[in-house]
Amino acid sequence: MSETAHSGRLAAITIEDLAVRFRVPHERYASLKEFAIRWVQGRLTYVDFWALREVGFEVGWGEIFGVVGPNGAGKTTLLKAIAGVLHPTRGRVVVRGERAPLLELGAGFHPELTGRENVYLYGTLLGNTRRELQARFESIVDFAEMWEFIDAPLRTYSTGMTTRLAFAVATSRLAPVLLVDEVLAVGDVRFQDRCRARMDEFRRDGACIVVVSHDPALVAGLCQRALWLEAGGVRALGPSAEVVGQYVAASG
Amino acid sequence: MNATGVYDSARRPPAFIEEFQALLRYRDLIAQLVLRNVKARYKRSILGIAWTMVNPLLTMLVLTLVFSAIFRFPTRQYALYVLSGLLAWNFFAQTTVAAMGDLIWSGGLVGRIFLPKSAFAVSAVGTGVVNLLLALVPYAIIALVVGGPITPALMLLPVAMLCLAGFALGVGLALSTAAIYFQDVMPTYEIILMAWLYLTPIIYPIDLVPQSVQAVLRWNPMTYLVGLFRTVVYDGRMPSVTALAGALGISSAVLLAGWWIFSRRAREFAYHV
Repeated sequence: MSETAHSGRLAAITIEDLAVRFRVPHERYASLKEFAIRWVQGRLTYVDFWALREVGFEVGWGEIFGVVGPNGAGKTTLLKAIAGVLHPTRGRVVVRGERAPLLELGAGFHPELTGRENVYLYGTLLGNTRRELQARFESIVDFAEMWEFIDAPLRTYSTGMTTRLAFAVATSRLAPVLLVDEVLAVGDVRFQDRCRARMDEFRRDGACIVVVSHDPALVAGLCQRALWLEAGGVRALGPSAEVVGQYVAASG
Repeated sequence: MNATGVYDSARRPPAFIEEFQALLRYRDLIAQLVLRNVKARYKRSILGIAWTMVNPLLTMLVLTLVFSAIFRFPTRQYALYVLSGLLAWNFFAQTTVAAMGDLIWSGGLVGRIFLPKSAFAVSAVGTGVVNLLLALVPYAIIALVVGGPITPALMLLPVAMLCLAGFALGVGLALSTAAIYFQDVMPTYEIILMAWLYLTPIIYPIDLVPQSVQAVLRWNPMTYLVGLFRTVVYDGRMPSVTALAGALGISSAVLLAGWWIFSRRAREFAYHV
């Protein structure tokens, strides 16, 4: 039970002894034939890459939880395990509520389709029904400020516009568990402010938010608690100011 | 995730069932993927959706010229015979290739967001059904013009299409499982498809080939599935109970096998794309 969890209620996210292993063939078996020969000969060898090992923590409801660490520390892998994209190799991930994953924003957008068509395509990719998207369509386009271009093909959009639309779709439903991967770094200052405002909305609603970022200042300012990941393992876990301070000092 | 909205990686239902539940929850995604496939394919072409109809017609024209003029098959309305077979074959070939391609080339979608992996194969089948229905329009027009049979047997067309779809989905799922791990599967399959086409009575009638070859054709499931399709579309006859039961049996057995192979591995896909 996390110290920040509401009393009598289980934590929003429970991670127990989580390990994620990517198994890469030692030599690259590009062809089935080569693989078959090696397999018969019993000479298949793998390199195990543990992207995460023995990671455990809990995140309570209404909490903003930060994850910091250098490139390749396993931050995105952790988010993907929480999002259900990667099934744990060992250990356990429990998420007690619907998830809104803000990672890989806009994955699945199709450049030839219009903004409107992409709202429905991307929205259903994130698990919404068509009816839900129809009901929320106006507010999505309002938030993205996209009325002028909504019927133009996506390939004519700027990167910023594409991200705005993706963010608007991904946050159109107030899910109790929000997973955020570096999205705040995109868009202009005004849009970043509105992203933060929307995340506050989620939190006031009692949502649990996990933020992954390279930016120590952002994590220290936004989050109550934080986790410092290094080479797939936990280096520190605790109040965000402390953890971020240690992280900055160590990488200084 | 279960009904209470809790995701527990240690208590996921058996993959065979979980994949199906996820697919049901994401059913609107299937429709959107079909729409995307149909729209995106023709968005920048002048003929647009008409390509779906023109393509088999041109193939039919070529084959008719070659085979009825040069080889002189004594088949009644050879053009319709070829076209009906080609429509069923193209549906199968395009669907299975697309099931593989969409999963692998979905921009690594499988490794980036959570979604039921079978959505790609299922939407490939859906796209194939749309294309087949469109291609049946010019077929019907030609049949009307040359006096091909339009009979109540056509009521069984959905059943014939269902058998083809189930078979294609099963094969597509099994193939895409292999294709995730080995890049060779796709090009190899394209070659197999070519041989398979000639080993299926599409451009020739089955009773025109030697007994020994006929014996081989009887081991080919597509012989029965194309046969059923053609019985209702081209012959305009009610299929025999045996033919119907056989096609349904082949189709559901392959579908179940494909689903089992696919769902057993689906959780690993994100590690390999």
